[in-house]
Amino acid sequence: MSLESLQDLWLTYQSTVAFIGLNGLLALSVYTTLSCGQLSLAQAAFMAIGAYASAILTFHSGLPFAVNLAAATLLPALVAVPLGLPVLRLKGVFLAIATIGFGEVVRIFFVNLDYTNGALGLTAVPQRTSIWMIYAALSAALFVLWRIRGSRAGYALEAIREDEPAARTMGIHAARYKLAMLALGASFAGLAGALEAHYTYMVSPSTYSFTRVVDMLVYAVVGGTSVFYGPVVGATFLTALPEILREISARVGLAPGPLRLFVNGAVLLLVILFLPEGISSLPRRVRAWLRSRREAHAA
Amino acid sequence: MGQQIVNGLFLGSIYALFALGYTLVFGVLDILNLAHQAVFMICAYAALVLVVHLHMPIFAALPVAVLAGGLLGMVVDRIAFRPLRGRSDSNIAGLISSIALATILEAAVLQFFGPDVERFPFGTVPTRSIQIGGAVVSELQIVIIAIAVAMLLGLTWLLRRTRLGRRIRAVAESPKAARVLGVDVDRIISASFFVSSALGAAAGVLFGLAFNNVAPDMGRSVELKGLAVIVLGGMGSMPGAALAGVALGLLEVFTVAWIGSSYRDAVAFGVLFLVLVLRPRGLLGPAALREA
Repeated sequence: MSLESLQDLWLTYQSTVAFIGLNGLLALSVYTTLSCGQLSLAQAAFMAIGAYASAILTFHSGLPFAVNLAAATLLPALVAVPLGLPVLRLKGVFLAIATIGFGEVVRIFFVNLDYTNGALGLTAVPQRTSIWMIYAALSAALFVLWRIRGSRAGYALEAIREDEPAARTMGIHAARYKLAMLALGASFAGLAGALEAHYTYMVSPSTYSFTRVVDMLVYAVVGGTSVFYGPVVGATFLTALPEILREISARVGLAPGPLRLFVNGAVLLLVILFLPEGISSLPRRVRAWLRSRREAHAA
Repeated sequence: MGQQIVNGLFLGSIYALFALGYTLVFGVLDILNLAHQAVFMICAYAALVLVVHLHMPIFAALPVAVLAGGLLGMVVDRIAFRPLRGRSDSNIAGLISSIALATILEAAVLQFFGPDVERFPFGTVPTRSIQIGGAVVSELQIVIIAIAVAMLLGLTWLLRRTRLGRRIRAVAESPKAARVLGVDVDRIISASFFVSSALGAAAGVLFGLAFNNVAPDMGRSVELKGLAVIVLGGMGSMPGAALAGVALGLLEVFTVAWIGSSYRDAVAFGVLFLVLVLRPRGLLGPAALREA
């Protein structure tokens, strides 16, 4: 392959590569709260807060981009704490519904905010994000989650996820851990929102709807939430899939939009029914299956 | 004022119908069926096809669409919920599998009808209106409120007076105890899905007629409003859902009148949020909620 054709390939697919990184980060933000058994669906709101914060800072202050990104990472976490204090007392479906409510209120707030152009949102946001920044952010998030796993905090989170009353009996301060993970997930979402805004040149409330959170959740679940890198695997697979499907849909004669939606739904359904630990558990499963076959042969 | 109340009741009765189906399944299974909105949407399309292509009058098309919705609900149960029953994560897994199924159904509709809004042909529904006190009420509004009230009464009768209703309530109380007493739990759950989805289907057709607007994403906003309604009414409570549906309809209409249309949706979710934080059992929910 010549250098030019490689370059062409890169030009065609660089936005896909960028979105794989962004979606990976967003999937991790859902995973972070999920890792102590809490399903928060407010991630799109945190993403919006990060995106608006960073875009406004870029327009109205001369601060370097790194400072704006830091602000976009911190602000959602600061919002998450007062949100989490009352809301994290709820469990399961109720927490999910409360966070959906919060997400919608934030979105409608931005729709009605004249300062940021209401429903149209901010356009011509200067492009500051390079792909390496996205992957640096993703790596940092993965690093944090990797360090948590196997640490004292990691075991505490696992205990809370498996059986919260039992964990509390053991002296684990469950509320504090849950709040910390909500804030950490919020900051991942905020960072992703800021990076996306400065990559796509725009911030618009419709980007941060309930559908977007469902997408994030789907990435995390399809990838698998039993390991910390699972959500990134899911995001990679599902973000790359439409590119493959575009080729296929042209040949089959189906419109690409519905086909993409259909395949997304079908993949999600199959994974939840037959691969509850996600596609990241596939290698482990295949190895286990091969071993059992070998043992059957030996016996 | 009178006009606003009529409009609010009208909107609220559709919300109530939608939310009743939602809360019925939640009461029986403790699971949110997020494919409910897809059934709502598909049945509006079903009625549309019956009226436009088979030239059926809407009063014949409505029952057919409702029946189809009920059957579709049983399919949803079979595919998205029954295989997960008994799994430890069945709560969140069911949420996700129903999202998956909703996505598939929406994709099918997009493939066949495209993303554009479809409308019922002129003359499908009566267009005259009458004056009651100071309010102008269209015949369509009266018919829709009447149908909603009739279905509500029918549901109450079904749950309180029939054998099936008693069994549904038994399973909602405790599936294990119901099984011991000889109730075929899987069949009762399937029946609950039929009833729930039939109500959702009726809400879909009426919504499509009321706004003369049938689109692949019509279920999305109603889905979130439905969540607000069942939380406000108390999860699993039928009278609560009916009351809260009407309350939300009135609240929205008055928000538009007094504050402005752009904050209409914020009201629903603001209320939802406050109820969950301050009074998680809602207006008429059971006193001790296991989950909240």
